[in-house]
Amino acid sequence: MSIFEILGQRLIIGLGTLLFVSVLVFLGTEILPGDVAHAILGQGATPELVEQVRERLGLNEPLHVRYFVWLTNFVSGDFGTSLANGADIGTEIGRRASNTILLALSTALISVPLAVALGLMAAVKPGGMVDRTITSASLALISFPDFLVAVVLVTIFAIKLRWLPAIASIRPSYELLDWVRILILPVTALSFTILAHMVRMTRSAVLNVLASPAIEMAILKGVPRKRLLLRHALPNALGPIINVVALNLAYLISGVVVIETLFNFPGLGRYMVEAVTNRDVPIVQTCAMIFCSFYVVLNMSADILSILANPRVRYKK
Amino acid sequence: MRDTSQNGPLLKVRNLDVSVRDKKGHEYKIVDDISFDVQPGEVIALIGESGSGKTTISLGCMGYTRPGCYITGGTVNLDGTQVLDQSLPKLQELRGKEITYVAQSAAASFNSAMTIDAQVIEIPVITGAMSREAALAKAEKLYSDLELPDPGSIGKRYPHQVSGGQLQRLMAAMAMISDPRLLILDEPTTALDVTTQIEVLASFKKLIKDNNTAAIYVTHDLSLVAQVADHILVLKNGQMVEYGTTEQIISDPQHEYTQALMAAAHLMPDEIHAAPPVIQPEPPLLQVKGVTAGYGTQQEIIALRDIDLAIHAGETVGVIGESGSGKTTLGRLISGLMVPKSGGVFLDGNALAPGVQQRSRAELQQIQFAFQMADVALNPRQRLNKILSRPMMFYQGFKQAEATKEVARLLERVGLPTEFAWRFPPELSGGQRQRVNLARALAAKPRLIICDEITSALDTIVAQQILDLLEDLQDELGLSYMFITHDIATVSKISERIAVMRHGRILAQGPVDQVLSPPCHEYTQLLLNSVPEMRTDWLDEAVIERRKLVAALDGI
Repeated sequence: MSIFEILGQRLIIGLGTLLFVSVLVFLGTEILPGDVAHAILGQGATPELVEQVRERLGLNEPLHVRYFVWLTNFVSGDFGTSLANGADIGTEIGRRASNTILLALSTALISVPLAVALGLMAAVKPGGMVDRTITSASLALISFPDFLVAVVLVTIFAIKLRWLPAIASIRPSYELLDWVRILILPVTALSFTILAHMVRMTRSAVLNVLASPAIEMAILKGVPRKRLLLRHALPNALGPIINVVALNLAYLISGVVVIETLFNFPGLGRYMVEAVTNRDVPIVQTCAMIFCSFYVVLNMSADILSILANPRVRYKK
Repeated sequence: MRDTSQNGPLLKVRNLDVSVRDKKGHEYKIVDDISFDVQPGEVIALIGESGSGKTTISLGCMGYTRPGCYITGGTVNLDGTQVLDQSLPKLQELRGKEITYVAQSAAASFNSAMTIDAQVIEIPVITGAMSREAALAKAEKLYSDLELPDPGSIGKRYPHQVSGGQLQRLMAAMAMISDPRLLILDEPTTALDVTTQIEVLASFKKLIKDNNTAAIYVTHDLSLVAQVADHILVLKNGQMVEYGTTEQIISDPQHEYTQALMAAAHLMPDEIHAAPPVIQPEPPLLQVKGVTAGYGTQQEIIALRDIDLAIHAGETVGVIGESGSGKTTLGRLISGLMVPKSGGVFLDGNALAPGVQQRSRAELQQIQFAFQMADVALNPRQRLNKILSRPMMFYQGFKQAEATKEVARLLERVGLPTEFAWRFPPELSGGQRQRVNLARALAAKPRLIICDEITSALDTIVAQQILDLLEDLQDELGLSYMFITHDIATVSKISERIAVMRHGRILAQGPVDQVLSPPCHEYTQLLLNSVPEMRTDWLDEAVIERRKLVAALDGI
């Protein structure tokens, strides 16, 4: 199989997964209890009015018709309007998504290099002081749920020490430094939850490679320690590391839901939570689809990257 | 900085001890009081079975031990430098420049994520000893000295893009790039096919000679080392058993262990014994008729073509070929692990269902398979009692209590103590595990056992014991064997008939004496020519002969 065939295959699998996900999301919101028309009309719902609203929203069409209308609209970028206030969902999503991406990206930029570095440091001398400190600390972190970490951080740094704001509300007048100030706590909380997994995986992948004859050969060739780790061991451990990084970044995207709510950060996650409370179905559907697309795209990229990281695939015999 | 004025030995190893420390802190020696010298330009061979400490000693000469091992005594002096007292940065310098290493499996020892050139020139370039261009030019010269194809561009490839024999030579180029004073070769040809082995061996010999490099050659094969070494040091259980010149060791071994090694060497027997011709009853026990088979969804990658083969009751049929010849595929096909594209397999004249799922229990019972890697084939978390009683319960309907009694008898039969029934496979040695592997096949009470390279991973002496056991079992139980191997010397000793395979075809088959004596097929001749002979001038003649035969084969 040539490399393009493999990549093509991955793309098709990715698209198939997305399609399947869209069915699940649609059906999932469909079986939510309560009627949308009732929700819109609230107290003033008479049977006639409800029927009119249902007709206007196309809720009387059969399920599969509504699904295809929704899907084509979604794919063409038309997310519809909010049921609660009639605002265009697309514009709101654009604003919110950039906030969420800022939060997720800052977390990724800090935690991924940090995790790989810590994992490598732990692998240098397995069982040594550094290794034991890193592994036990990451084990402790992995055991705490993200909301607990966030609450503890807020208690210490915002309430007791009063160094940082507890709530991450955004004003248009914010400068870079203000952004940094409000991002520190959410980014730290998010990093903690995803760091541990990546550190442990990097450590074990590198240790695995370090036990191989190729590394023994490099030692016997006289390759210095640092080069041994970075040039000889790390490239061969990339496959598993890329996969766990992607998995954690995907987790990050859904993890922001909790953290955004906790810090009152105006991102996609909070938008979705608000929509769920208001039974604002189109928003819930759109947000769910965006989160799922992130998941699928990240995992697909991880697949493709770890294939590309293997020279056996890149260069045929 | 090279001091050539000194006349003493290049390497002096004195009273070297290496110990292993287990989890409880107990220490035991795996290398015990070893002393030897290597003169400049001299090749010394360390020879012994696995566990004899030969690799540990050679690594110790580089100041390196594998995890869990510690150098607990002695000195290693390389031309005035006390190797064992050096700091790690100093050692790294020594290893890159003065002492270099060629590992057993180049395929595993090259870094698969870097090009070959990048690895060959790595050390001289990062230490600043050579410029990149100079190092590349030197590498290219070494490639062509080692008779590698396409020396100008082979280094731009990745390790998986070249063959095993080429990789092994590329690793020698990597070791020679800094003009080391001492080269350590650790079983450098063991992982290669027999016909490739002599080419690689010959190019190593030439390289060492042309550069006048001293070398330590580690191997378990006495007949190979006779071709390259000046002195031989025989090791057993980490201790020195005998030391002498190559001539003396092979013509007049003193110690009985050396004599045993000599006896078990992979040599062609002086005379190939042929079984007296008997009229075999028809139909034969097993017959393969017109089988073609392949891999892939449509079996489009053909691995076997037009195979006809018969195995009679009580007979051993040797199937010989190099890797990729289809010999293992044939074994898998007979046992039903693979399905033919056309043709069929017959047991007592009755057609067998192609796949193992469709065969009846009684049919399955008749044909058993013994795999090459006993350590992989046996479940490490099951006691031998469970491993061996399962086939008895499955095929013969034994209750566990009966089976347990039978297991004891079976263990005795294959030469293992009965209390081994309560042990786990990892607690056994390689030879013992291979006996269990055979016992597992025997437990079904089969009529035919397909033995797939069952002695290849074993030391020569242990392998000989397994072969003896096979013969005893055959005499006693009237078993038939299909003995799959790449080792023509072994197969010529134990088979009545043999089949020679290449590229998925049987090139020649018949009684062993007929197939192996002239006039025989060019490929058979090539295989025969590749079996080392215990004389020091064999290699040069063999290489010339090999070139002629390969040319003839390419013409076919």
